[in-house]
Amino acid sequence: MSLLSIRDLAIALPKGADRPYAAHDISFDLTPGEILCIVGESGSGKSMSANAVMGLLPQGVRPVGGTITFDGQDVLRLSEKQLLDLRGRRISMIFQEPLSALNPLMRVGAQIAEVFEAHGRLTPPERRARALTLLEEVGIPDPQAAIQAYPFQLSGGQRQRVMIAMALALEPDILIADEPTTALDVTTQAQILKLIEDLRQARGMAVIFITHDFGVVADIADRVIVMQTGEIVESGTADEVLLRPQHPYTRALIDAIPRLTGQEDTPAAQSDPVLSVEGLNKTFRTGSGSFFGKPRVVKAVQDVSFDLFPGETIGIVGESGSGKSTVGRCLARLVNPDSGRVIVEGADIAHLSGAELRARRRRLQMIFQDPFSSLNPRARVSRILTEGPIAYGAPRTEAMTRARELLGMVGLDASAMQRFPHEFSGGQRQRIGIARALALDPSIIIADEAVSALDVSIQAQVLDLLADLSTRLSLSMLFITHDLRVAARICDRIIVMQKGAIVETGPTAKVLHNPDTAYAQSLLDAIPGQEYERALAGAG
Amino acid sequence: MTKFILGRLVKAVFILLAILIFNFLLIHAAPGDPAAVMAGEAGAADEKFLADLRERFGLDQPLYVQLWTYLKGAVQFDLGFSYRQQLPVSQLIADRLPATLLLTGVAFVLSLVLGVIAGVAASARQGSWGDTAISTLALLFYATPLFWVALMASLVFSVWLEWLPGFGYATIGANYTGFAHAMDVAKHLVLPATTLGLFFMAIYMRMTRASMLEVSRLDFVKTARAKGLKRGVIQRRHILRNALLPVITLAGLQAGQIFGGAILTETVFAWPGIGRLMFEAINQRDYAVILGVFYISGAMVLLFNLITDVVYVIVDPRIRLTG
Repeated sequence: MSLLSIRDLAIALPKGADRPYAAHDISFDLTPGEILCIVGESGSGKSMSANAVMGLLPQGVRPVGGTITFDGQDVLRLSEKQLLDLRGRRISMIFQEPLSALNPLMRVGAQIAEVFEAHGRLTPPERRARALTLLEEVGIPDPQAAIQAYPFQLSGGQRQRVMIAMALALEPDILIADEPTTALDVTTQAQILKLIEDLRQARGMAVIFITHDFGVVADIADRVIVMQTGEIVESGTADEVLLRPQHPYTRALIDAIPRLTGQEDTPAAQSDPVLSVEGLNKTFRTGSGSFFGKPRVVKAVQDVSFDLFPGETIGIVGESGSGKSTVGRCLARLVNPDSGRVIVEGADIAHLSGAELRARRRRLQMIFQDPFSSLNPRARVSRILTEGPIAYGAPRTEAMTRARELLGMVGLDASAMQRFPHEFSGGQRQRIGIARALALDPSIIIADEAVSALDVSIQAQVLDLLADLSTRLSLSMLFITHDLRVAARICDRIIVMQKGAIVETGPTAKVLHNPDTAYAQSLLDAIPGQEYERALAGAG
Repeated sequence: MTKFILGRLVKAVFILLAILIFNFLLIHAAPGDPAAVMAGEAGAADEKFLADLRERFGLDQPLYVQLWTYLKGAVQFDLGFSYRQQLPVSQLIADRLPATLLLTGVAFVLSLVLGVIAGVAASARQGSWGDTAISTLALLFYATPLFWVALMASLVFSVWLEWLPGFGYATIGANYTGFAHAMDVAKHLVLPATTLGLFFMAIYMRMTRASMLEVSRLDFVKTARAKGLKRGVIQRRHILRNALLPVITLAGLQAGQIFGGAILTETVFAWPGIGRLMFEAINQRDYAVILGVFYISGAMVLLFNLITDVVYVIVDPRIRLTG
């Protein structure tokens, strides 16, 4: 008997959108206790389909056809009052961003208790007691303290646990999890996935799990639906879809997953390093906000030293807060290091200033994580690409010619010159970001989570582009990432950072398969989909 | 929390001192000789008389001596002597301050409460005719000059309709006491307070509306909906509380402006407050009074800012607990 049955669901987008339907011809069933994964890239309609089940579509987006049958009634025909009764009690939901998904001004306990209040259950003291048990159940350390805490006082993983506690409060039949681990570190992700799996077993709850990550799918799914531009292109049991994909799109997605098997051929470090970092330190002191209070001190980078050789790509990996991004920012002098030397082509740029710093700095360029906020929305691509060279004295016409060449190099048409950043997709914007970095003829590229915001197929293309450019232009690259799979795909060597310090350095294959430290091993163990990868390798 | 308030108080004292010095120097940089004005009024403007006047009021001393004398006095709330009104400035201000505080306080609370309510109402009906009506009305209040609104309100409600008294603080010669007196004052307060508050109400309405719409798009509102909470509860508990943060900031900043607006309103409605005192003092070049009013209004603005900071700290735990 299916718990939820969707037939021919069509969801219309408002007029003027890039396509008429967010999703159409959606049909699937969910049985009690089952984990169904909906996989797809951004814009595939996977979230919209799930939101429709709760009657929580964004403004202007509405279902125009089909049925969603839950417990014998069609959700699409329910009144608002009936929907209110359904939400949180029979079906509940958790989201991607655990910080923004909680009200910043309300204590955690009150936010959980609200679920009972919304459905008129229990007395206030009972609600509080239940909130405490729920927090215990989802494995929050020190629930007594957490219940009194405000969301900003908890870590990302803890906030997601609070969200799960809230979603489980009334023991719903279905939990909809919309990319619940995408914003989390790999170790935290592994814990949250295990928690969802455990709760499913303990309570026989069905889960609709929306994700773009095939590794996660492989670890938890019973059945899988693959969506592309609003349509279901493939569905079946996890084994069928993952190991014997029928649709070319599914195959392409699976092929695009970066494999952990790193490159074996490490170029021997013959020549002098292009970049030498010696004893780099950076400590942040934030004001306490009050007149007399003690400042908060964070040692973001502690005694970091390494060499980067010509043509080499080094991956700096670690969890959030490990200091990996601060290292990159110190090297580009976006923040000033407290001490240590950064030697680029013979000169220590850590303590240069003024004209000398400007002259040296162009050799070291950054690519940022968010392709949406890292390009000036009011500047045409032509200005974005020529601003730097013109600032360094290049004649305007020469800079324009060079900009057109660069666009070709990153796989964009020269007509892009006259357009604004918002006219491009995320992957295209990241290509513009790469062209912008290359415009100054750098010898070193620092890529800070440069592909983390991209879909897996786009990610693969951008990684290929970066690898290709680094060979063609003999660039050296520092690749800062939290994703070990991405690091495996592109890096020659890997530096593992924890709490501001380097804990392990070595060739990619060595670090990923036979690490020396327990910390590196724990990062590796937490990567989802490893068994699946071995199965794929065996089959292939 | 106590530490925080203490810290702010210490800062406020320094700022107040800076205001005193700056105002003093500014007034003295302005052209015009108070002794000449006084002598002109007295009708005897010979050099001897002018010199006597200057000596009597310390105007012949070097500037820094005058400043020092002034600062010494100001610390003890001795703000000098008004030679026009023949009364100590501190007494003049003390007589007028309650009326102004009543007017600005009522106007402030009225504009904030009504502005927020109207903003919430408009945001809840975004795009409907109700939203358009509220927004248009707010734009009208915002765009109309204060003095014109004051004159028109006085003309319509007081002269034509004779509903409300058009000027003064209380009915002259009525000698009401107790509750009757309070009602009489309240009746006199309606027109000036509404007039003064309209402009600010329009600002708070626009701000509340924009802020509510922005917050209602945030993820935690979706979480609240997914819990099955009713729309009203979500509006109040989740959206409004978060949306009020920028409104509070703005209200704190605007509190000083309400004081400025009070000068006009008090003049039109003959409200016996500090604003009118100031208006008269400027016309009469009564420097001591002008400085005194500057000093007091500076202190009021600082006080409002301090209150804003405290309210902010109470409302937003992120500031309270990391502070």
